Amino acid sequence: MAYKIVASQCTVCGACEFECPNAAISIKNDMYVIDPKKCTECEGHFDSAQCAAVCPVPKTCIPA
Amino acid sequence: MSGNRHSVAQNLRICAESVNGMPVAKSPAMGNLISLESLKAPVSAEEMKMKLDSGGCSTSGSCGSSEGKDQLSDEVWEKVKNHPCYSEEAHHYFARMHVAVAPACNIQCHYCNRKYDCSNESRPGVVSEKLTPEQAVKKVMAVASEVPQMSVLGIAGPGDSCYDWRKTKATFDLVAAQIPDIKLCLSTNGLALPEHVDEIKDMNIDHVTMTINMVDPQVGTLIYPWIFYKNKRWTGLDASKILHERQMLGLEMLAERKILVKVNSVMIPGVNDEHLVEVNKVVKQKGAFLHNIMPLISDAAHGTHYGLTGQRGPRAMELKALQDKLSEGTKLMRHCRQCRADAVGLLGEDRGQEFTMNHVPDDISYNPEKRDAYQEVVARERGEHVATKQAVEQQISGFGAIESVLVAVATKGGGRINQHFGHAKEFQVYEATPKGIQFIGHRKVEQYCEGGFGEDATLDGVIAALEGVDVVLCSKIGDCPKDSLKAAGIRATDAFAHDWIEAGIAAWLAAEFGHVSPAGSEIVAQASA
Repeated sequence: MAYKIVASQCTVCGACEFECPNAAISIKNDMYVIDPKKCTECEGHFDSAQCAAVCPVPKTCIPA
Repeated sequence: MSGNRHSVAQNLRICAESVNGMPVAKSPAMGNLISLESLKAPVSAEEMKMKLDSGGCSTSGSCGSSEGKDQLSDEVWEKVKNHPCYSEEAHHYFARMHVAVAPACNIQCHYCNRKYDCSNESRPGVVSEKLTPEQAVKKVMAVASEVPQMSVLGIAGPGDSCYDWRKTKATFDLVAAQIPDIKLCLSTNGLALPEHVDEIKDMNIDHVTMTINMVDPQVGTLIYPWIFYKNKRWTGLDASKILHERQMLGLEMLAERKILVKVNSVMIPGVNDEHLVEVNKVVKQKGAFLHNIMPLISDAAHGTHYGLTGQRGPRAMELKALQDKLSEGTKLMRHCRQCRADAVGLLGEDRGQEFTMNHVPDDISYNPEKRDAYQEVVARERGEHVATKQAVEQQISGFGAIESVLVAVATKGGGRINQHFGHAKEFQVYEATPKGIQFIGHRKVEQYCEGGFGEDATLDGVIAALEGVDVVLCSKIGDCPKDSLKAAGIRATDAFAHDWIEAGIAAWLAAEFGHVSPAGSEIVAQASA
């Protein structure tokens, strides 16, 4: 029950970081990563996973 | 050795300035001309002031004339007079820099692929340096200390400055604390604009650029595949309806608060080109100050939807035809260069590479000397330029025979014909009609002359880019490119080197149409009288 970021596709724009309702996304070594312990796939917050909904690159924020 | 070089150089041409290896004499200097170019060199403010005192307006007696305010109110003129993007006149003198601090975006446009750069807001193929607000303020201080023309700091993507608001605000707050007289401006797609309008006002940001490509959501569906709004991705007509409503609301709110709004519209042939007439009408009615039609930049190599599906951009003459149709509406901006999101310098030049973060010392502080001295110089130069323009307007009203003549000018800035044909990376295009001489746009070209030699293939590209142009004015041109241009129906001359652009054009017209002697000198003399 968590999302992950495909590093090779990520543009490091950071939109996912501030849309995440769980503060599960942070920058590590110039790349955004999702902490699977904090990620809830936005259940209980929103209808869809926010990182995937805002990400400009298709298939980059995906279920782990 | 040199024989060898010539024999392999079948399609290379020697540029005029180094004919036979000898430098060609420069045109005789005009009386009291201060070269703005000379001020760009790292001289001290003292030297700059000395140059000022030894020449220019203090001795020519041509100053004190009113600035080219046109129909602008004093309040508006104060806001735009040093902003190269909002005033065509200012763009000859002042420089802007952009910092890429707000990379997150809330919409997807078919002309943008975020995996590369936004091909609309920055020239593609060169990766932008993303900066933190703390890095950005250091870079701004370094540029403002070194580039005397620097007057404006903009946040213009990649990304959306209003959506990625925390970083935008942090950057502007830091810069305003260090360099209070720098103008701040931002560009946005408008979706997240309404909730920040009051802060924008409080932060003294008096220029906002909005990209508005449609006022009909049906047209929007062909441009925007999705938007992210209120924690949801919207697609299709819903997306464009929301975007349109938010854009109109944001525009009205800015206009109400007297913040100057420039509307950028990307002209996409077959998608919104006809529709932009309607966009122009609507944004004008809602209080936009300027409308800037930008040609779509489209290439499969950019990886954009339009690039990959073969959507073409407009040709220069198509763009001009649309701009001419709109010129009754809001003032049109025709001098936009669609610069990179991290551009530094005068419009049309980019010194960004000199100021990448690895060139910026960690303990940088701001030194205002060069900017202060330059602003003093420009105030005087502009007075003379405006007087010349007015004299030329009178002169040209006598040339009833001219319908419309397109003149391409090679210039390094300062409002003068002062660039070698082969060194130009763009030409500024002016249209002369019985009403006067008006700047109408620019044509980007590949530099024809590199290291003293010109390439035929490049020259062909330059000639194609100059479609519709009647004459090229430059500071120097060799016989070979001149003949090639002539064969293509374009004349070229360096007879008016270092003249004010308008004075040079008028003098050429006078020579051509036989009303006044061709020297051009009496026009300048009249201006200084």
